[in-house]
Parts: sequence; structure tokens; C-alpha cells
Amino acid sequence: MLETSSATKKKGKSSKGKAKSAKGKQAEELKGHIVEVVSDSGEGAQKCGQSFATIGAKMGNGIWTVEIIPAEIQPPARSIEGASGIRIRMGSYYVTNGGDEADLVVAFNEQVLLGRVRYKELKKGCIILLEDKWRSDADPEIAKQYQETYDQLISDGYRVCEIPMEVECLKYVADPTRGKNMFVLGLLVNIYSQELQMARDQISFIFAKKSAKVISSNIQLLEAGYEWAEENLDFKFNVPSAGITEPQIVVNGNTAVGLGVMASGMEICAMYPITPATSASHYLSDVFESVGGMVHQAEDEIAACCFAIGSSYAGKCAVTITSGPGYSLKQEGIGLAVMGEVPLVVVNVQRGGPSTGQPTKMEQGDLLAAVFGSHGDAPKVVLAPSSMEDCFYSIIAARKIAETYKTVVVVLTDANIATAQQPFTRPKFQRDWLAPPIDQSPVPEGVDPYDWDAETGLAPRFIPGRPGGMHTLTGLAHDRGSRVAYDPKVNQEGIQHRSLKLATFQKTLKPPTVYGDEEGDLLVVGWGSTKGAIEEAVQRLRDEGKKVSSLHLRFLQPMATGIKEVLERFEKVMTVELSWCDSYDDGVIDVNNRRYSNLAWILRGRYLIDVDCWCEVKGQPIKPGSIERVLREKLSS
Amino acid sequence: MLGTIGDRLPKSDDELLTLDDYQSSVPRWCTGCGDNGILTALQRLCRDEDLPREKTVFVSGIGCSSRFPHYMNTYGFHSLHGRAIPVAEGIKIRRPDLNVFVNTGDGDCCSIGTAHWIHAIRYNMDMTVMMHDNRIYGLTKMQASPTTPKGQKSNTSPRGAYLDPMNPLSATLGVSNVSFVAQAVDWIPDLFYEIITQAFHHKGFSFIGILQRCPNYLPTIFDPWLEDTNKTQILTHKDGIQLDPSLANIYRNQLEHDPSDINRARELACNEDIVPVGILYRNDDVPCYEDVRAPDRIYTPEIIEREFNKELDNFTVETAG
Repeated sequence: MLETSSATKKKGKSSKGKAKSAKGKQAEELKGHIVEVVSDSGEGAQKCGQSFATIGAKMGNGIWTVEIIPAEIQPPARSIEGASGIRIRMGSYYVTNGGDEADLVVAFNEQVLLGRVRYKELKKGCIILLEDKWRSDADPEIAKQYQETYDQLISDGYRVCEIPMEVECLKYVADPTRGKNMFVLGLLVNIYSQELQMARDQISFIFAKKSAKVISSNIQLLEAGYEWAEENLDFKFNVPSAGITEPQIVVNGNTAVGLGVMASGMEICAMYPITPATSASHYLSDVFESVGGMVHQAEDEIAACCFAIGSSYAGKCAVTITSGPGYSLKQEGIGLAVMGEVPLVVVNVQRGGPSTGQPTKMEQGDLLAAVFGSHGDAPKVVLAPSSMEDCFYSIIAARKIAETYKTVVVVLTDANIATAQQPFTRPKFQRDWLAPPIDQSPVPEGVDPYDWDAETGLAPRFIPGRPGGMHTLTGLAHDRGSRVAYDPKVNQEGIQHRSLKLATFQKTLKPPTVYGDEEGDLLVVGWGSTKGAIEEAVQRLRDEGKKVSSLHLRFLQPMATGIKEVLERFEKVMTVELSWCDSYDDGVIDVNNRRYSNLAWILRGRYLIDVDCWCEVKGQPIKPGSIERVLREKLSS
Repeated sequence: MLGTIGDRLPKSDDELLTLDDYQSSVPRWCTGCGDNGILTALQRLCRDEDLPREKTVFVSGIGCSSRFPHYMNTYGFHSLHGRAIPVAEGIKIRRPDLNVFVNTGDGDCCSIGTAHWIHAIRYNMDMTVMMHDNRIYGLTKMQASPTTPKGQKSNTSPRGAYLDPMNPLSATLGVSNVSFVAQAVDWIPDLFYEIITQAFHHKGFSFIGILQRCPNYLPTIFDPWLEDTNKTQILTHKDGIQLDPSLANIYRNQLEHDPSDINRARELACNEDIVPVGILYRNDDVPCYEDVRAPDRIYTPEIIEREFNKELDNFTVETAG
């Protein structure tokens, strides 16, 4: 099928790096490839890349996509910082992260491409498919910029294929700036030997709400791109299926959070707009009502938290979704929920901080704030999902834990998994995921709202409407009857029991699983979205026979039994985190003033083990290659 | 709640609750504090309206007045400084069966909780909000509040408060969706009871500014109005307050005011010297947020499962394997 069009070959414009004839080309089989599509904001690179990824998933490939997002809604066109797009890593294996440098890049102009070059996101000699219309741009400055960049790329050894994208699109549509992305999709579908029919179906699906004319015109462009690549490019790849046969769902982490909220039986999500958490609430706003829930957009982050607390107090557990600055604002409310023992799920989609920081970029700087945040002793459960699938199930677990232990559960995701997509096995709905109906039965005589169990710290839950349970929940220190404590012993008793609850919950946690051998020279400990990259780096070293293993923690507070024993079985232990730690490379840093990454602080404090750490806070997904280098250094130090 | 006929049958005397049944503990407010009278009026309201104690929630923020729920033998939520209103909204959103009251103060509502107060007017959720306005911070020991008169000395304005005070009634009347605004004074208990009853019966966000005496920090601030009854203007109307003849003899400054007239209400609210008491504004036609956002049916686990699976279908890819 791929060769049939060669008879009607059109004569492509000749330029460097592009073969005139593609007759008889054989698809080169690859284990995996990293593809990027970059454009100015609004040119549809992401739609193109997501469709390409979905087709890959349908063909059974492992997939991980990373969005390339500019900070502004309408950044200047043709600018390095305005690059908008997507990276798609596809493999003939289960892909767990965005990988290292890209193997093939499609760029709608040379400036957005330049950003990727400067940020070292492209592999040496990588293939670049570049829109060539700028070469003959009416503005001599633009034409000059293009020529200079082009020459530089060639001299740097990149394999640049100039493609007259708009010129080709003009044959089918009047405005080639719209629809160019589908032409590019056609190129990619051809290059990666994907099935053209699947791509047509995908276009029909994504434009389902548009007219038949829009669909047919986009399919035309897709086919044109496909043909063009077939005719003019001298290479072709094939990434075999990973053998994934079960139905998959392709979502990003924020959508997975939304789906988790739907499946958990929670009814109220209170939020205030904040990047990068908002898309979870956007999604929920669209679908939550179909299962009887609602998203309340509050007047501010504090109100969102308090609204959720109020509805949890009088009904089923509620959730509030936010990011760093919003999380700071909610801290007082979180303390209230801890003190009053009101179930509450707080999702913090972490971003770069402090302050406004890097709103669209990833960081893992909020762990200590989650564990120790709010003033006074405020024990709460903190967990961090490491994948999209984990986002989904973590929310269901969080709701259950919050209601069972009448506690606050903080779910820490980050901008990486929030916006990255990865297919995972379609969940099979279980009724017991849902919150039970609220208890409105009379309270037995003699039972107090805070009748803390001496062993577990647990107390009953008095929901308004329960006859005989009248009391005033208060943020003040209170006795078992929820009366304001004037006796100093009462405060101590309350704090003790709230802390005991956490220990009781800890007893239910599964022991940690080590990736690699149970003992060795170096153990890398991580949490959250870095799991895939860390394990990939560890595996590369293990393949060389190095005694490296890793441990990924899902529950950060409390932590499972057995972690200390694992740490002790390794010569060296270090964390790899996206939260700042000082480096001894800076002359002023020594053992007396070094500040550690979030998890390293906790591990050192809890287990009295000399846990080292390494961090990167560039706001970009961490590369397995970077981790690999660090581990090599650590092994030889 | 269940709507059976039995619920509506008249109760025998034994079944009726008394004032004592609504009291949980002895208030710890100062002797002479206006909050004591407000508490009694609310206990009376609960008794007279026969409100089930388990179906009634008093929500408060932080401050002297916010101790209120602790003294009511109902459910209560003594929350954070300024945050009573969002907590109350959260309670009400899926529990229309609960009677929700909010006790807040001039600092709690008009300073730290301002955003919530203003937006709550827009949400117009069915709750009765009492803003105990004693014109000073009491619990933290005498700092100027947003309603403290200009020139008034306090611990944070030792040479007198620097700014003109805020007018909470005007502010409330200026927000879209406003549906009930009244002013009451703690020293005319019968009138206060009348106003709070009407506020309770209004479906929507009923805001009552209550001028409340603080015997400890500003004992004389309301003296001009206590001494000269003509400085209190009673707003009467067939749709508002109808003054008892005995009170009418004392408070001769009466004004016929139609509570549906928002422009007149705004004018009256601005009156600083002559204090209007009664119902300034009422509009029964403003939709309540909890009704606007109410689920359209009962969502059984079967429905949730079906809808959830439908949603998953949108993201599902059947793999070629």
C-alpha cells in the first residue's frame, strides 16, 4: 500500500537533504523514537501531535506525550520563547517518560525550532522537517533569519528537510495557516508507517462537532501530507507494536484526576482558576454533572477550600484542586479540617515556585509544605501519583482514606503529569469506589463527637441531620464533646489522637517494592512524576551490570514500613527530585548549611541515614540521560 | 423532611421544644454584651419555628460573636476568621434540608471576610446571616474595625481612627442578586425578633446588620440612639415590619418604606445619623445558587457507572495489538 502512489509521483522541489525519488524505500524498524512538533501558538501543533500519538496508541505502541507550552496565551509569532507544541515518545515497549533528546522534529518556522536547539532538546543529527516558506518571505529580515538558521543547522549536522507546507496546503484550502497541522499529521503518519485509515478516523473523531466539510477538507490535507512524504522523503520508519492488546484510555494527568473524582463518588469540587491545575476543573466542569456532581468556582482559593470543608462536614467528602500559590492560601483551611477532623481531598498540581514562579512548568517543591504545612501540628496524609493511571486511582484512594480516617489527604501531582499523556489500561468501574450514602442515623446515647479510640485515634463522624449528635465543630482546641478546651490536658489529648490516626493508617500501607535488586551499591529514591525517568536511567546502568536500584514512594506521609531496611541495604542512597538542593560544587556550601531536596530532608530526619540528593529545577521534564549521568558520578564518587 | 403527613401533624406540648432545649451551655460573653440578647432571640426563633435541632446549623467565623454556635444546642461550625460564609455555602449546597444561620462580626465579615460576603450576596444561597456590628474588635482587645467611627480611639488608632467607616448596608445593597437586607439593634428585642423571623422566612441570602453593644470596649458608642429614640427610624410596611403599638409609642420616628424599592433602600442605608431599623430590601424572585446548581435527579450507582463508562469511551483506543 505504501508503494502504490509512486507511479503518480509529483516532482518535488529539490532542496538539500531531500531525496528526489523515494521509490522502493524500506521502512527502518525502530525500538522507539521521539518526535516533536513545534509551531507558533495557535497553529495546531498540539492537535497534530496528539492525533499522531493516539494513532500510535491504537497501533499498540507505548506512548508518552509532553506539551511544549509558552507562558503567554498569544506570545509573539516566530519567537524562541513562543514555541508551542508537543513531544511524542513512542516505543515498541511501555513508555514511562518523555525520554532524552528528540529524533525527529517538525517545525512550522525556524525560530521556534531554534528554541528547541538552544535548550538542547534535539539529538545530534536529528531529522528536522522545516516549513520553507520563510526562505522567500517578503520581509528580507525574516528571509535572512531563516537562511542563517538553516545554514547553522546544516553546519551543526542536523538533517534538515525543507517542506513547502503552506504551498502544498494552498492546493486544497484557501487559508493554509489553518489545516497545516493536518498536512503535518499526514507526513508523520507516512514516515512512521501508520495506517492512513486510522488517521482519517481520528480526524473524523476530533472534528466530530464540526461540519462534514471541515472534516473532508482536513482529511484531504492529511492525505496530501501523506502523499507528499511518500513522494519526496527518502526515509521511513516502523515502530512495532508493544503488544498492548487491552483497550487503553489516552488522557493526561489532569483528566485522569477528573475521571478519578467522578469514579470516587465525590459530589463537590470547589476550585479557583490557577495554572496548571485548571484543566482538571475544566474537564470536571464539563462532565461532573453527568454523575450528579458539581464544580464550584469560588471567589478565591480560601473560599474554595472552606466551601469544600463545609460540604464535607455536611455530606460526602469534597475535593479542592489547586497549584502552589493556591495551596499556600488553603493552608489555614487545611489546618481547620485537620483540627475538626473533616474529610477533605486537596489536589496540588505542583508548579515552579516560590511565589508565581513558573506557572506552566514542573517542579516538586511542595512536598514539605504538604507534609508539614499549616501552623501547629497538622498531621495529614500525603500521596503522589507517578503516572496518569496512578492519578486516577490515587483520587479514588484519597477519598476513601479521607472518609475512613476523617482526615485531609493531599494528592501531589505536577505540571508534568498534568499535561502529559500516556495510555493506560481502561479502568473497570467498581461500585465500591463510590462514597457510601451519608449517615443520618441517630447517634447512640453517650457517644461524643470526638470519642477518640485510645489505640487508633479514630472517632465517630457526626454529620448534621443525625439526631442526638448536636455539637459545634470548632477550630479551637476541644474536648471529646467538641467543647472549647480550657484544660491544658485536653489540647494534648486532641493532638495525640489526631497523630495516632496517621500511625493507624500507616499500618495499612503495603511495603515498598524495589526496582532492581534488593541490595547494592546505590539506591535512588524518588516520588511523583519522575518514576519513569529514574527507572529508565537505573535500567541502563543495570544493563551494564552496575548495582543500582531505585525505590519510588507513593505515600510520603505516612511512609510504609520497611523503607529503612531497604535504605540500609545499599552502600549509597540518594534522592533525585525536582526540588532544590544545594550542591557542594558551590564553595560556600558545606555540611552545616546545605539545604536538601524535599524528600531527602524527610528521609534523613526519619531514618537517620545519610541520604544525598540531586535536583534539577529547570521546569522541564527530567531526562533519563541526565539522571544516568548523575548516577554514574555518584557510583564513582 | 420526608414529607409524610405525620410530619405536619400538630405536636403535643410534650413534643415541643423549649428555649432551654436550644441552649447548650452558658454563654461566656461579658455582662451586658448585646450578643446575649441576640442569642435569646435566636433560641426563641428556633422554638417558635419548631426547628429540629439536628437539622439546624449555626456557622461562625472568629471573634466574640462567633462563639455563638457553642451556645446553641444545634449543629454548629465555628470556623476560621472571615470564612464562616464559604463554609456555610458548602454546607447548604447539597443539604437544602438544613436550616443554615451565620454569625459574623464587623471585623470577621467586613474586613478579613469581605470577599466572601460580597460574593455570597451574588450566590444568594438560602441562609440567614447576622452581622454583629459592635464597631470594634473585641476578642483581640479593641482594635479599630472597618465600621469604627472616624476619630474613635483604639489600640491601633490611639489618636483616633483615621478613616470614615464602611457602610455594610450600602455595600450589600450595591451587589447584584441582593435579595434581603435588614438592620436591627440589639436593644429593641421585640423588633429584632420580628426582623430575624422575616429574614429566616426569606428564601435567599438574608443579611442583617445588627448594631450590637460592646460594654467593655465601646460602652457608649450607641448612647445617642439609646437616649434619643427619634434618631432611630423604624421602617414599616405591610410587607415589612408592622410596629407593635407599645413600641410605636416609644419610637415615633417611623417611615413607611416599601422593601421592594431598592433605590429608596440605598438612600436610607446611607443615613448615618438617623439609623434605619427594619427591612430595607427584599426580593423573593432572585434564584438561589443551590437551586441553580441542584442535581436534576438522584444519581444512583447504576447511573454513575453508566455515565462514567460513557465518558471513558471518549478516551478509549482499541489497540491493534
